[in-house]
Amino acid sequence: MDKNNKNSMRITTTLLKTLCVLVLLIAFSCNPDETQTVAEFKNLVLSDEFDTDDFIDSDIWTFDIGNGTNGWGNNEEQFYTKRTENVSVQNGTLIIKAIKEDYSGSDYTSSKILTKGLKEQAYGRFEARIQLPTGQGMWPAFWLLGANCGDGTADTEVWPNCGEIDIMEYRGQEPTVVHGSVHGPGYAAGNAITKTYALENDRFDTGFHVFGIEWTPGYINYYVDDVLYNQITRQQVEEKGTWVFDQPFYIIINLAVGGNFIGAPNEETVFPQTMLIDYVRVYNKYL
Amino acid sequence: MKTIKYKYTKATFLLLLLLSITSCERELSDKAEFANYGTTGDIFIDAPVGLTDQFFVSFDPAGGANTEGFGTDESVTYQGESAIRIDVPAGDDVNGGYIGGIFVDRGVGRNLTGYDALTFWAKGSTTATVGLVGFGTDFIEDKYAVGLENIKLSTDWRKYTIPIPDASKLIQEKGMFIFSAGGIGTFPEMGYTFWMDELKFEKLGNIGQPQPAMASGEDRVETKFLGDQFSMADYSLRQTFNLASGINQTVIAAPSYFSFSSSDIEVARVNESGIVSLVGSGSAKITASIAGVSVAGSLTLNVAGGFPVAPAPTLAASNVISIFSDGYTDVAVNYYNGFWQPYQTTLGGEITIDGQNVLNYTNFNFVGTQLTAPLDISEMTHFSIDILMPEVLATDIDMLIVLKNENATETTLQQQRIGGQTYQWSTQTGDINDTESNATFEGGVWKTIKIPIRPTAETGLDKTGVNLIIIERIKSSNVTELHIDNLYFYKE
Repeated sequence: MDKNNKNSMRITTTLLKTLCVLVLLIAFSCNPDETQTVAEFKNLVLSDEFDTDDFIDSDIWTFDIGNGTNGWGNNEEQFYTKRTENVSVQNGTLIIKAIKEDYSGSDYTSSKILTKGLKEQAYGRFEARIQLPTGQGMWPAFWLLGANCGDGTADTEVWPNCGEIDIMEYRGQEPTVVHGSVHGPGYAAGNAITKTYALENDRFDTGFHVFGIEWTPGYINYYVDDVLYNQITRQQVEEKGTWVFDQPFYIIINLAVGGNFIGAPNEETVFPQTMLIDYVRVYNKYL
Repeated sequence: MKTIKYKYTKATFLLLLLLSITSCERELSDKAEFANYGTTGDIFIDAPVGLTDQFFVSFDPAGGANTEGFGTDESVTYQGESAIRIDVPAGDDVNGGYIGGIFVDRGVGRNLTGYDALTFWAKGSTTATVGLVGFGTDFIEDKYAVGLENIKLSTDWRKYTIPIPDASKLIQEKGMFIFSAGGIGTFPEMGYTFWMDELKFEKLGNIGQPQPAMASGEDRVETKFLGDQFSMADYSLRQTFNLASGINQTVIAAPSYFSFSSSDIEVARVNESGIVSLVGSGSAKITASIAGVSVAGSLTLNVAGGFPVAPAPTLAASNVISIFSDGYTDVAVNYYNGFWQPYQTTLGGEITIDGQNVLNYTNFNFVGTQLTAPLDISEMTHFSIDILMPEVLATDIDMLIVLKNENATETTLQQQRIGGQTYQWSTQTGDINDTESNATFEGGVWKTIKIPIRPTAETGLDKTGVNLIIIERIKSSNVTELHIDNLYFYKE
């Protein structure tokens, strides 16, 4: 056999392997139930364990400051700061704290951290281990936004055309329920493709839980702890609009107060409230 | 030799092991005898589970409890073959105007430490409010009593959750359930029926965020007297848990769930049952926790000195009909505090301070003393009452003392206004018989008030059957705590 033959053999083998994977994938996607594997992405490319006190790694995280336009588009009531009162690392945990205080015209302060311009990636497994806050009006989220999100000029796209993947959203007044969604052209805001997941004999504000997605060119799997509770497929998305999830996204973790999704805090809401993040991990390379 | 010795050692070792295992087992079984109370959570599923033979132990019929309305129903159930059916009587039912009682474990009590709530399903024949549901009351100690007040019934089945304030305390609980229900509306209230099913202790796992509180979460400051003794139960002890629905469910929790601490045990001491003893002059702050969670609110006690003795009455016993006095023999009363729902806030009643029997009312708005037999006071010329307010009051004392004849056919009364430093004349309806008493109160000093019994022609009071004495705070006046003694009628 000459060299070319060898090469073609290798290519054939690779093709066969790929085919196998594809068959496997097809087999899986034909049967999107909870028996699917959720650990295809095994190559850890980003991990923040928040193990150093008083240190937020500026190579990974940046901040959004202020109260946005119309409360970040949702009539949220908090003012985001990067003060240590609102965001800090202590005892191996990132703490985002919502405080009730008069601050720059807002009634509450909190924090929002993001990997925009620092860590962006298309596809992969994104997960974080989080203990959520509690009470009416608390709206924490762990989510991804298309790196090309902008005002539509230059190479940017306006929301929702740039895409949004909400790995975890939660209403403080529903302590056992989280929501996983995608937003894009044709399926945004109230029309997003979404599914909720409820704990039966536990709650999200009394202990840590792992929230993650497994995002491939063909689907996004949503899981909480070891339970895969939803798969949103490309086909499902394309029935409503355009699949815009083939480009890099960045991570956002924030704790909003009030806003359209949940309503304002009431007199029973206890402040301050904390969102505790044990780690954030990102993997790539699926098989 | 060495080998043999080794074998011997081995054997010894085995023997020791065996012994230690056996003794270990014995020790375990000893302990099991202590700790192995049933852990069954079920109370009523399709039949009573492990309850006493009488199943339902009613409140005292003498106090108006109706024992007729309790049973089971095979046709209306949430699930399975049978549900508890309760026919709440009308307010004027001859067999008693309300229904309530407890379910008691038939054994020595259950270990409920593995649960976090009592749950049941219920529905009503109409929408109605059940006054109280709970557990921990066994009519013996009621040590870990828990009550959830005013649950709203729907005409469809709904699940109700009563969180356990701290389950680690319930190692041997006999009080499986308590309920109390009266009719709908005002007297005579309308009766109705409600059903309960699947009554059990559960480990829900999804209730959390405890927010215990005392004194309504306030930092309360009160003046008390040396030798005084009272229960922390008088200070609104509550535990709140957030349910899976996001609703904060607040229950009344017995003092024994709380760990109290006093900032100065030379002034105030709190025992395991929540009884506070004032043992020295000075100031002490009572704070508490439940299962390591700090309780919101506190009680600061300023203890000035010994409790002053009320002036001893000097009249001859033959000229006196005494309601409450250490100086005379009292007539029989049903109570010195009727805890009248829903508007009465007044807590307390008869207490003993340094050997002196007094009535002590806190959180005062109004309170009634009911005599067992109607009293003929036709011969009497005055009603005498000694009042002491512990605080030094600057303003706004305004009270009404009402002598009432309430019988089946009519209600007649004489009202007497008692004003303090800032006397305000009231024109409100019912005050037409008021006369001023010019009482001038000082903090911590007994004041004797003598109220003339006026002619029936003036007041309308039928003096042949007085059976109620009501003391009321009016015009939003500033009276929160009262001590009362020497309550009697006399003739001059």
